[in-house]
Amino acid sequence: MRVPRFQGYRRENGRVGIRNHVIILPVDDISNAACEAVGKLIQGTLALPHAYGRLQFGEDLELFFRTLIGTGSNPNVAAAVVIGIEPGWTERVVQGIAKTGKPVTGFSIERSGDLKTIAEASRKAMEYVQWASELSRVECPLDEVYISVKCGESDTTTGLASCPTVGEVIDRHMDINGTASFGETSELTGAEHIVKKRAATPEVGEAFMRVWGEYSEMINTYKTSDLSESQPTKGNIRGGLTTIEEKALGNIEKLGKRAKFVGVLKPAEAPSGKGLWFMDTSSAAAEALTLWAASGAVVHLFPTGQGNIIGNPILPVIKLSGNPLTCATMSEHIDLNVSGILSGEMNLEQAGDKLHEMTMRTCNGRMTASETLGHREFVMTKLYRSA
Amino acid sequence: MRHFLMHDSRDNVGVAVVDIKAGETVTGASLDGATKREIAALEDVPLGHKIALKSFSTGDTVVKYGEDIGRVVASIRAGEHVHVHNLKTKRW
Repeated sequence: MRVPRFQGYRRENGRVGIRNHVIILPVDDISNAACEAVGKLIQGTLALPHAYGRLQFGEDLELFFRTLIGTGSNPNVAAAVVIGIEPGWTERVVQGIAKTGKPVTGFSIERSGDLKTIAEASRKAMEYVQWASELSRVECPLDEVYISVKCGESDTTTGLASCPTVGEVIDRHMDINGTASFGETSELTGAEHIVKKRAATPEVGEAFMRVWGEYSEMINTYKTSDLSESQPTKGNIRGGLTTIEEKALGNIEKLGKRAKFVGVLKPAEAPSGKGLWFMDTSSAAAEALTLWAASGAVVHLFPTGQGNIIGNPILPVIKLSGNPLTCATMSEHIDLNVSGILSGEMNLEQAGDKLHEMTMRTCNGRMTASETLGHREFVMTKLYRSA
Repeated sequence: MRHFLMHDSRDNVGVAVVDIKAGETVTGASLDGATKREIAALEDVPLGHKIALKSFSTGDTVVKYGEDIGRVVASIRAGEHVHVHNLKTKRW
């Protein structure tokens, strides 16, 4: 099978990216101000403020570091400036990102103060931006693109049109031996028996059921009602979705018809090989996309029904919808309109062709709707309270 | 004109692909085109919402995608709107 080729960025470790960001990454919440100051001062940088990084511990701390290091390591990032309050954890993040071979430097604020740190970090950021601006795109095969998929503000049109369109592209991506990941653990409830059957081996199926079972237990522990209005969301209900089972059955249309998943990933864990992977994620879009970006995904396919406007700072999000009302009233948020499937004017194969074309254009550099509108939702998943 | 779609020929609800008005006789088909249905709409069913293709009693199971999507909690006549007022999850 001929593998399509596009113009991408080949990073030091051989991985392929489709964007060329220089990020200013805070290690902790109190270093956001310095990072944002550098981001304002040096054009072409991208500050990624977030809410955490202090007094986390155990598995939650491991996830925190995996997310930060993964974000810096993502092939869409050319170079990273890391700023933290103290040098220890700052260096841990820097060393983690440095394993990719890309330029990364850390700065810590204690014994310097914000102003001196901002000055020094800005000089480094300026050096990185000028260096990155001279990197050229080179020809890359599409199978080296790691795609993540997740839908949001779903309605019944996502199950009919936009999710199966993504499934069509996932089947094709697996046909060329690409890498992809799906997740949304709680949102598979009602279709978990079908997902289990889509595992490549019985062991992988059992591993998926364990992760899904643990998430369900967590929900049952903390829920105060039947989760109505949270899962499905109010937006889902407005769009005609009634139960989690119905939502899940629409959701899994994204897995395509043929592809089997080869493994189960922890949140923000990078796939260890090619193929389709299940990642344990929240179903909240900003949290889930941040985890996939940290796992190394370079392009995201996002079906929406009612119009979820999510974006991610480093992971371009291609938004598609099959809801004619959403496509008409929120057109600036939609990269691809597949409402022709509902009216019978477009079949799934044609929709798949169009999404493939939009994916190629995005990989070649076309800015997505959410990128153009400045949607840079960067939201860490936190497992429990800090110490 | 096609008013609603069924994912699977076993489905006992259809998804409105246009705004359906009470009193209209509406037609629908399964996605594979194998099954065609015609039904009199008893209520308005907005685009994306579900229309009952049979009558249901409390406790019945609603089938979509050929799968169980929940239990009926208030009786439904064929042609009525199926949503949170008469259908609930079996899960949480």
